[in-house]
Amino acid sequence: MTAALFFEQLLNGMQFGVTLFLMAAGLTLVFGVMGLINLAHGSLYMIGAFACAAVAAATGSFWLGLVASIVAAAFAGAIIEVSVIRRLYDRDHLDQVLATFALILIISEGCRFVFGSFPLFLDVPAILAGPVILPGGLPYPIYRLSIIVVGGLVALGLYLLIAKTRLGIRIRAGEADREMIAALGVDIRTLYTIVFALGAGLAGFAGAMVGALQSVQVGMGEPVLILAFVVIVIGGIGSIKGALIASILVGVVDTLGRVSLPSMFGLFMDPSAASSIGSSISSMLIYVLMAVVLIFKPEGLVSQNG
Amino acid sequence: MASLSRESILNIFLTLAMVALPFVATAIDEPFYITLATRVAILGLAGVGLNLALGTGGLVSFGHAAFFGVGGYAAGILASHALNYTPIMESPFLIEGTNQMLIIWLVAIIASGIVAYLIGLLSLRTSGVYFIMITLAFAQMLYYFAISWPAYGGEDGLSIYVRNAFLGVNTLAPHGFYFICLGLLFGGIFLSATLKNSRFGAALQSARQNEERLSAVGVRPFNIKLTAFVISGMMTGLAGALFADLNRFVSPSMLSWHMSGEIMILVILGGVGRLYGPLAGAIIYILFEFIFGGMTEHWQFFLGLVLLGVVLFARGGVIGLIAGRARHD
Repeated sequence: MTAALFFEQLLNGMQFGVTLFLMAAGLTLVFGVMGLINLAHGSLYMIGAFACAAVAAATGSFWLGLVASIVAAAFAGAIIEVSVIRRLYDRDHLDQVLATFALILIISEGCRFVFGSFPLFLDVPAILAGPVILPGGLPYPIYRLSIIVVGGLVALGLYLLIAKTRLGIRIRAGEADREMIAALGVDIRTLYTIVFALGAGLAGFAGAMVGALQSVQVGMGEPVLILAFVVIVIGGIGSIKGALIASILVGVVDTLGRVSLPSMFGLFMDPSAASSIGSSISSMLIYVLMAVVLIFKPEGLVSQNG
Repeated sequence: MASLSRESILNIFLTLAMVALPFVATAIDEPFYITLATRVAILGLAGVGLNLALGTGGLVSFGHAAFFGVGGYAAGILASHALNYTPIMESPFLIEGTNQMLIIWLVAIIASGIVAYLIGLLSLRTSGVYFIMITLAFAQMLYYFAISWPAYGGEDGLSIYVRNAFLGVNTLAPHGFYFICLGLLFGGIFLSATLKNSRFGAALQSARQNEERLSAVGVRPFNIKLTAFVISGMMTGLAGALFADLNRFVSPSMLSWHMSGEIMILVILGGVGRLYGPLAGAIIYILFEFIFGGMTEHWQFFLGLVLLGVVLFARGGVIGLIAGRARHD
């Protein structure tokens, strides 16, 4: 592998990692504050992508679509929280898994009913189409680069929100001791709805951005959801910092593994066997990474109180 | 007889109904119902496996599709080699395929047991939400492996053209295969009843209720839970082998997380921890799929609504509704 190819794949991995972070941040926030495991988080990702595709098709503007994706997903998240999720905070994890699995079935079939089974396509806006020449002469798609930048900005914004604002203080207090902040007069029900909607909005935003790279279709959120689970298991459940480190790690390891393993096996095997074995092994690589982390740090890289 | 609880009466009724079903189906000339009932028996067995971990042991595994799929692939791989007359392995020693169900079952049970042991060894180091996510992730790992491994069909799956053989029974006749599956289902139910009432079962239930107390009396909760997880995975793996024979087809979708969800749903619909819960749940699930699936392609929408309703308002499942709260925990 040449240095240029390596660098390009490293950027692809980071772009993948950044979108994973947008998903994992919401999941880990909801778990940290409310103690809830939400399988339907992937559905919110899908809602964001569909909202973006529908609005972009109707108005011709990708930017309006992007705004719509955040609004639609956050709004859907708030509705789901008030109608269903709120009843699950006191339940055990099994009930949470089942109820949110039921939500996936409902939202996926509902989406298929409205939009049909055929994938929608979302075009990259003209200003972000085409490559940019990176220092060193390497051409790289502007759109992917902007995802990395935007994702980095969102991570920074999330950090500032949680570390510096009053809402952030309440969120952190909610993680530390729920009864106590309720006793101090914080409206905990509204706080929960806001946190859930915030996570949902991030997921929807991620869905819209990825929607322009892939196709927008029912079920697109599920593989990402499971990778986001892997990310927060590696990073440590409840830790945003852990989620950021782990998503970049997972994104880069997965992308580089898929590119390099087949050629590495090719050094001592015939090419066709090498490519099939290499691709099978590389599809398992991040789960192996998760297993290794579990053996040495069962609580994840960044433990919840760290 | 007066001392029989409503749950026991219901269990006896379900047993008799399942035995009588093929005769009724033949009498009214609807052999298709036997195939439906075979699906019920197989999914019920998969559920009985999960119920041991989930209901008795409190281990919320969202990755039981892994064992179901491994069992299915064990059957598919052995049978396809037997049909093509190609050995599975020639060196260091010769391993040939087979179409004998008894051998296939044994291989399926051992293979899914090994996979359950490895997954359990890692995931039981954690608990709660971690356990759910990790079992899900490892099952998904096998799913992607099956998709990208081209030797046995990859994404397209693997066909078994002729159903495998079992002693002198005609497995191609719907009756024959149905009673094999039903026998194994009742075997599985009997095994979980025996386990639940044994010393091991008592230890497993206390591992669910209070681990500290269990360690205080000198039993390591980890070993108990791992053993239960492996037995649970083996039963679900056997169900997977039967499922492969029923459809004469194995595909990665047997390993997908929807399959894990499906097995879990039928355990919940029937009633977690109840002996006949998985069977009752499988009956409801298959009937629901048959009736609503015939009316609309969006039947899973309604399945979602029903599941949501059961989780939010009818805890204890159908057997809980009929027989009342019997469990004291």
